[in-house]
Amino acid sequence: MTPMTPNGATPVGAALAEEAAFEKPVSRGEPILEVRDLVKHFPLTRGVVFKKQVGAVKAVDGVSFDLMQGETLGIVGESGCGKSTLAKVLMNLEPATAGSVRYKGEEISHLTGSALKAVRRNIQMVFQDPYTSLNPRMTVGDIIGEPYEIHPEVAPKGDRRKAVQDLLDVVGLNPEYINRYPHQFSGGQRQRIGIARGLALKPEIIICDEPVSALDVSVQAQVINLLEKLQNEFNLSYMFIAHDLSIVRHISDRVGVMYLGRIVEIGTDEEIYEHPTHPYTQALLSAVPVPDPVARESRDRIVLVGDVPSPANPPSGCRFRTRCWKAQEKCAQEVPALTVREWLEGPAAHDSACHFAAERENGQ
Amino acid sequence: MTTQVGSTMPVHEEPYSGPLLDVRDLHVEFKTRDGVARAVNGVNYSVSAGETLAVLGESGSGKSVTAQAIMGILDMPPARIPQGEILFRGKDMLTMGREERRQIRGQRIAMIFQDALSSLNPVLTVGYQLGEMYRAHHGTDRKEAKAKAIELMERVRIPAAAERVGDYPHQFSGGMRQRIMIAMALALEPDLIIADEPTTALDVTVQAQVMDLLAELQSEYHMGLILITHDLGVVADVADKIAVMYAGRIVETAPVHDLYAAPAHPYTRGLLDSIPRLDQKGQELYAIKGLPPNLMRIPPGCAFNPRCPRAQEICRREVPRLFEVTGDNDSPVPGRGSACFFWKETLHDADDA
Amino acid sequence: MPEHDLPDDHDPLRHIQPTDSDHLDYVGQQGLAVEQDTLIEPDVIKREEARSLWGHAWRDLRRRPIFIVSTLLIILLLLMAIWPGLFTDANPRQADLAHDFLRKPDYTDFFGAGWFGYDGQGRSVYARVIYGARASITVGICVTLAVVIVGGLAGMVAGYFGGWSDAVISRIIDIFFGIPLLLGALVLLNAFSVRTVWSVVVALAFLGWTQLARVMRGSVLTIKQSDYVVAGRALGAGTGRLMFRHILPNAVAPVIVVATISLGGYITAEATLSFLGIGLQDPTISWGVDISSAQKFIRTAPFVLFFPAAALSLTVLAFIMMGDAVRDALDPKLR
Ligand SMILES: Nc1ncnc2c1ncn2[C@@H]1O[C@H](COP(=O)(O)OP(=O)(O)O)[C@@H](O)[C@H]1O
Ligand SMILES: Nc1ncnc2c1ncn2[C@@H]1O[C@H](COP(=O)(O)OP(=O)(O)O)[C@@H](O)[C@H]1O
Ligand code: SF4
Ligand SMILES: [Mg+2]
Ligand SMILES: [Mg+2]
Repeated sequence: MTPMTPNGATPVGAALAEEAAFEKPVSRGEPILEVRDLVKHFPLTRGVVFKKQVGAVKAVDGVSFDLMQGETLGIVGESGCGKSTLAKVLMNLEPATAGSVRYKGEEISHLTGSALKAVRRNIQMVFQDPYTSLNPRMTVGDIIGEPYEIHPEVAPKGDRRKAVQDLLDVVGLNPEYINRYPHQFSGGQRQRIGIARGLALKPEIIICDEPVSALDVSVQAQVINLLEKLQNEFNLSYMFIAHDLSIVRHISDRVGVMYLGRIVEIGTDEEIYEHPTHPYTQALLSAVPVPDPVARESRDRIVLVGDVPSPANPPSGCRFRTRCWKAQEKCAQEVPALTVREWLEGPAAHDSACHFAAERENGQ
Repeated sequence: MTTQVGSTMPVHEEPYSGPLLDVRDLHVEFKTRDGVARAVNGVNYSVSAGETLAVLGESGSGKSVTAQAIMGILDMPPARIPQGEILFRGKDMLTMGREERRQIRGQRIAMIFQDALSSLNPVLTVGYQLGEMYRAHHGTDRKEAKAKAIELMERVRIPAAAERVGDYPHQFSGGMRQRIMIAMALALEPDLIIADEPTTALDVTVQAQVMDLLAELQSEYHMGLILITHDLGVVADVADKIAVMYAGRIVETAPVHDLYAAPAHPYTRGLLDSIPRLDQKGQELYAIKGLPPNLMRIPPGCAFNPRCPRAQEICRREVPRLFEVTGDNDSPVPGRGSACFFWKETLHDADDA
Repeated sequence: MPEHDLPDDHDPLRHIQPTDSDHLDYVGQQGLAVEQDTLIEPDVIKREEARSLWGHAWRDLRRRPIFIVSTLLIILLLLMAIWPGLFTDANPRQADLAHDFLRKPDYTDFFGAGWFGYDGQGRSVYARVIYGARASITVGICVTLAVVIVGGLAGMVAGYFGGWSDAVISRIIDIFFGIPLLLGALVLLNAFSVRTVWSVVVALAFLGWTQLARVMRGSVLTIKQSDYVVAGRALGAGTGRLMFRHILPNAVAPVIVVATISLGGYITAEATLSFLGIGLQDPTISWGVDISSAQKFIRTAPFVLFFPAAALSLTVLAFIMMGDAVRDALDPKLR
């Protein structure tokens, strides 16, 4: 642990030493973030004064994946499946119930104080709603400059204004707008401000939680293009959360599909989109309307019955079994592991959490 | 027994062959603190029985306001309709008497909203709210209304309808609530349904269920359907024809296949190019530059001109009318129009690409 | 339309000729990620100095007649409270029973001692109305200040930290919620043998802080959830920064509105207590005391009652109107 000065601040030297631990170069293609069996349960309590736990919302329930240096990992899933909770736990905004998160090999899931602050420099976040993620009473300059006030070692005081203006320039906003307030900007422009704030500390990983869901169709493309350019420029690794499968396919190198707090299938974008083997992924993909009227007659859609069960009381065994058309006795008893089934080969041989994982037969 | 006056309205109607609903040159403006917002500036569209018209446009383009004007549920003031006609079976609803209009609304034209939870009364059971439709309009008694409610819930495939008829709206999931909204709209077997972003708030898997249901019921009852949405995918899936809105005007109308094959307006073109496709991994997305205009200061000439890659001098000067779009052999394509001076170039550009 | 009548940003040509940096042709120096799309819709960002929400509220307020009238009234009252001598030469305590007992107002005697007539002890009603402002205004402002500080702090602690501190503070708030302000003050003030303005202030503040604490707690709870506070945490901001940069500035608006409106209420409470004989006592000049002593002359000399009562009503009205105007100006839904 870093020694603390009496006023609670970290001595600059210590912060730098702390940081040195994370300066190990990681080459492209190596894991920069390793998540293992991550669990987040929100307790359900009863009573005001004497709280009694009566259950738990199992928002994230045993999630494992690697994020590689320089890649974009897309996470898709229906609302309520735990995507935002996963992001918050990775960001250490919610304490994990169990499991481990390693950043460049260092365990970060239970860091606090200055050690946590040092990690925060390297992992940043872009929020979904550009209207609520910027403090309405701060100017754009103050919002983007705040990271420097919190981490003064990143930019010396004199350089901050210039740094902020450079950031505005990088995200495609006029640097002269430094004194304006968020409400004077449109949704797309605010999202750019949010991205600039995320970039300020020169992080290596950016977790984007539905960054374009709240934007208009014609503005979404602007922001997606910007994110891709920034990734190339600064060699960023993205975890890109969305419920729009088309956008995720466009931006991601690898994709993980979540259902009720678990990852049910994960692989490269081609493996997931062209050769899905988990029934849920197949249903999800078949349900997405494709902007092509010619295709509408030829599509064979899997229409799922029913709704997503409550995460407070998920089904036993495979969580998807209540809506799955392939479900058998075994699905209710055994939790299917996220692995490659031995009977699959070619691009179909990727991690899939289904006892009967198989590609769809055409014309079915 | 309650017998309501007016509930036994004669349903005899002279046969009518034109479009079910014909909106002509509709204008709507709002008086606000900062000035007059021109939300709708000359909208023209029509729907016939059994037909699905998709109204496509980004948020703020005036889709909902047009629908509200048709339903007669705009708050006036601040809204004002300075100009235009809304013909329902050939009769202008804007000049009709109050009572006549009320008869059409609800019974002949029904509306489905995006947010089902806030459109349902939270303190009444869904069964009561569905039955209410019959009680109010047909004077049905309580018991029969309940039976009808259950029947309706079964029609929209709500499982265990008889048990759930006494549940409250918050006890249903989002998709189920939207089904209840559809059931409510269907109750009086209207001629026309206006669905304003009915699936925007739903997840894809549920969205597919709801859209299927809507399409199926439409063809079964041979209703007209106006589907308002911003999702190009949903439109391609269900629409017969499309009207693309921008800044309160229709900038392009076309049968669905033609529009996706070769758009004749640069805005439509831009929209189609700017969305990522699920079935193909593309390169960099085309991005329409800039932002939709502020409705208080719509640019002169073509409203799209500051964002348009094709804009010329004339676009900044003159408002383009909806030009008739012709096909390969110079014969007009029925139902196709584009409000762009350069529709021909845009159309052929798409052919090359 | 004459050109000069239009504000700058109504220039109809600005869509055609981009003339300033607000427009579409901004090109970044780094050339990175900067297409033309960048940019900046001329309509969203007006050609005006950047204004904060407070700035907008202020501009909005300046245009509201209600705000202007109430502000002028309040300024007048403050002047009366600080320098009563500016308004009258007469001595409010000088009594000449022989000459002036209930003498009728002389409406031609502007600002003179006899303008509003004389009371049952032969004192100038006008002078007493002027001098009475001090007690009312002092009580109103001091109670409000105390209540905002104590209640605001308690509400912030409860809302921000939650847990047991919230449990304790919330229970206290609940207990106080059951006590009517006047009844509680009656009981408390009975304990003071000599009652000055300050004893009234202490009693009212003691009973009133919970209302502000409740408002502040609710406001902090909502804002604590908002994404920009989460974003601040994600950057590594500490408690102090989160509280004072992010939460407090956004949480104070409803507190200010409630405080302004309740200021009028405290003035009424003081007058009522004084009227009942349990608030301020005679050497202190108070509208409430004067109204009380004017009761017995209500048939013969209604003016003795009318003027202090009117002054009291106007004062309370001024603060309530101001609170209303501020609430509307700060309401983002109306923007
Ligand atoms: N702070 C919280 N307390 C209790 N339950 C929560 C909390 N945050 C999220 N949840 C629950 O966890 C589940 C997952 O939520 P979330 O991660 O927001 O899903 P997503 O982002 O995929 O839509 C939901 O059922 C939600 O109700
Ligand atoms: N009651 C209202 N007062 C003022 N402006 C309104 C009102 N209702 C809608 N508008 C404006 O009309 C425009 C069109 O809105 P709408 O039809 O809801 O767009 P959409 O195409 O997203 O459905 C919007 O810019 C909106 O601000
Ligand atoms: S494990 Fe069973 S229930 Fe789960 S997806 Fe596979 S077949 Fe369906
Ligand atoms: Mg989420
Ligand atoms: Mg709408």
